[in-house]
Amino acid sequence: MKYAIIGAGPAGIEAASVLAAHGKEVTLFEKAPSPLKNIADKAFLFPNFAPADEMVQTLDKKLQNELITVLYDTEITDLSRVALTGTVESYGDYAATMPQSSFAIPSEWKLTDAKGHTYFANKVLVTTGYTPFDAHRKEELGYGIYKGIHTSIEMEKMIRHKLFFLMIRRPPRRIVFLQCVGSRDEKSGNHYCSKVCCVTAVKQAIEVKKLLPNTDVFVFYMDLRMWGQGFEEMYRQSQETYGVRFVRGRISEASGTFDGRVQIKAEDTLMGLPMKMTTDLLVLMVGMEASEGTRQIGHSCNICGDYGFIHTIDPHLQDNLTSHKDLYAAGTCKRPMSLTDSVNDARAAALAMLDS
Amino acid sequence: MQKRYWNEYQKDIADDRYFYERSCIRQTFFPGSEAAFLKILREELGKDICDNPHQHTCTGIGYHSDVVPLETTMTIVARLFSLMKECGYENYVPSCVTSFGIFTEMTVKWEHNPELKEKARQYLWDACKREFEVPANIAHPSDIIYKFRFDLKPRMKYQLVNRFTGKPLRVVEHIGCHYAKIFPERGIGNAEFPYVLAGMIEAWGGEVVDYPERRHCCGFGFRQYLVQENRGYSIANTKKKFQSMEPYEPDFIVTNCPGCSMFMDKWQYTIAEMEHKTFDKEGYGIPVLTYEEMTGLLLGYDPWTLGLQIHQVQCERLLDKIGIRYNPDEKYKGISGRILPRPLKPECLRV
Repeated sequence: MKYAIIGAGPAGIEAASVLAAHGKEVTLFEKAPSPLKNIADKAFLFPNFAPADEMVQTLDKKLQNELITVLYDTEITDLSRVALTGTVESYGDYAATMPQSSFAIPSEWKLTDAKGHTYFANKVLVTTGYTPFDAHRKEELGYGIYKGIHTSIEMEKMIRHKLFFLMIRRPPRRIVFLQCVGSRDEKSGNHYCSKVCCVTAVKQAIEVKKLLPNTDVFVFYMDLRMWGQGFEEMYRQSQETYGVRFVRGRISEASGTFDGRVQIKAEDTLMGLPMKMTTDLLVLMVGMEASEGTRQIGHSCNICGDYGFIHTIDPHLQDNLTSHKDLYAAGTCKRPMSLTDSVNDARAAALAMLDS
Repeated sequence: MQKRYWNEYQKDIADDRYFYERSCIRQTFFPGSEAAFLKILREELGKDICDNPHQHTCTGIGYHSDVVPLETTMTIVARLFSLMKECGYENYVPSCVTSFGIFTEMTVKWEHNPELKEKARQYLWDACKREFEVPANIAHPSDIIYKFRFDLKPRMKYQLVNRFTGKPLRVVEHIGCHYAKIFPERGIGNAEFPYVLAGMIEAWGGEVVDYPERRHCCGFGFRQYLVQENRGYSIANTKKKFQSMEPYEPDFIVTNCPGCSMFMDKWQYTIAEMEHKTFDKEGYGIPVLTYEEMTGLLLGYDPWTLGLQIHQVQCERLLDKIGIRYNPDEKYKGISGRILPRPLKPECLRV
């Protein structure tokens, strides 16, 4: 039995390690030259501020297993079922309408990469993950136009490398975080919540205050979704211990000022008043979107769901199964989720692959 | 500014055979602008544009002030379209930005609610036994000048360059709200970074001033100035814009909306009277031009034929910067050749 996993992120690596622990040979396909692209530049993880490096090292170690083969620079662009006789059969829509039990033609998965190489596997797990929302699309927020406007991804790098006060001439007097950029947003077409931005902003705000206690930090939000264990406590700590200030309201416009700062306009919806503020840094908490790889596999196998994420059979009890036999999905290729949830989901997917 | 993503937003603009609709107020405040536009199209670009004398208001100001009901506006719009049909044209070009918004709004409404379009047909027939067709293309005149900006450039005698320093003139561009804020996809450059005037400025040698309150209202909000008690809001908005642009020391302002030109020009006088404050260093105020006036000046049209003497903030210093030749003795010369009386000078704003 050959197992293939597309995507060497946290979910892919975790699933591979579970399968290997059960004695299965696994091949991981990763389009980048190294694994864990989305978390490689993170500084600390919420809610316990564990260094992200530790997580990266732990996951990396899991790859050091003789049953796991990782193929880097290998982008899988097409997935199709191949009858064991060797003929490629296009099941596409037909497969989507068939119950799994009736899908009895002996076949396996054929994976084709961008260079035209083909690989074969009996079971395939999709962990192609997410891509951060492109903040250029919210042009009213001035990203890529004015200096001093960054995404949460860039902010994480700045915190990790302690760069953000070197990027401007003097340490910032004020930093503003804006939630829900590209999430819960009509203009960008993403109506869903990206789930991790609220707590990430709280985490980054605390990290900023630890490094620069004299900097004023504001967080503009619609409502704060502190859903995970320890999140609410972090939110409280950010205010009581670190003096982070939270304003309920979205920023409608950001522009550059004459002295190279950023002017923002917003409405404080608790006060019912419009407000204007000047800041040194504006951090846009960008949401998650289905990655290009996720969209490609979704279209290729006709398992593309809402917003380009992978559609699974049932969100409650069969959340790792797709409408195709022996094709599974885990992690943020299905919907936005935290790192913890993504890893747990990958374990569940691995067990589902072993069960069937 | 690091990048200019608004360049990616474009729209379809007809090439020729336009039906022109004049503004209610522009000929009072900027009497040479519409004539200049017609001249530019006919004589510089060789285009066919119809200027029908039977036209009338679009009801825009009344409609947005809630004193004219939708049915009336639809009927009025339908009649204007019927004039276009009667003349054999299908590309509608309303001079006023609010009219552009009204015509766009009605056609979009009719597209989504065909029953409203049928009602408009019936109202028009009942009122004056006329029939109309929806235009194939609706474009604002500034769209057309933008479209042909590179065709006009070789014909221009001047550039937007300070002849004393050799540097580009710093130009504040202001877009009327109804140009792109109602239907962002119908404006060149969308609503956040409209490019229609910026494109002209850059093509003709100037530099666009990107100041924080660039998108803020000019103060012509209909409910702000129509109700006398609310006029404080109007002038407060204008003042906010001027305070924001002041550090950039703009050489002039160009707009594509009748109201924006009027308020940004005339409120400078009012602010000077109220607070003894002007927004240029020497107390003359910042000249405000319409895009037709700007184009006409660069093409070498006479400033007084363009009607610049009617402006509140006087433009001679700007003309000198560009190097435009003019005869100061003819500033108040009427069409009959008689020299008209000179207006009184304001107390605070230098002229």
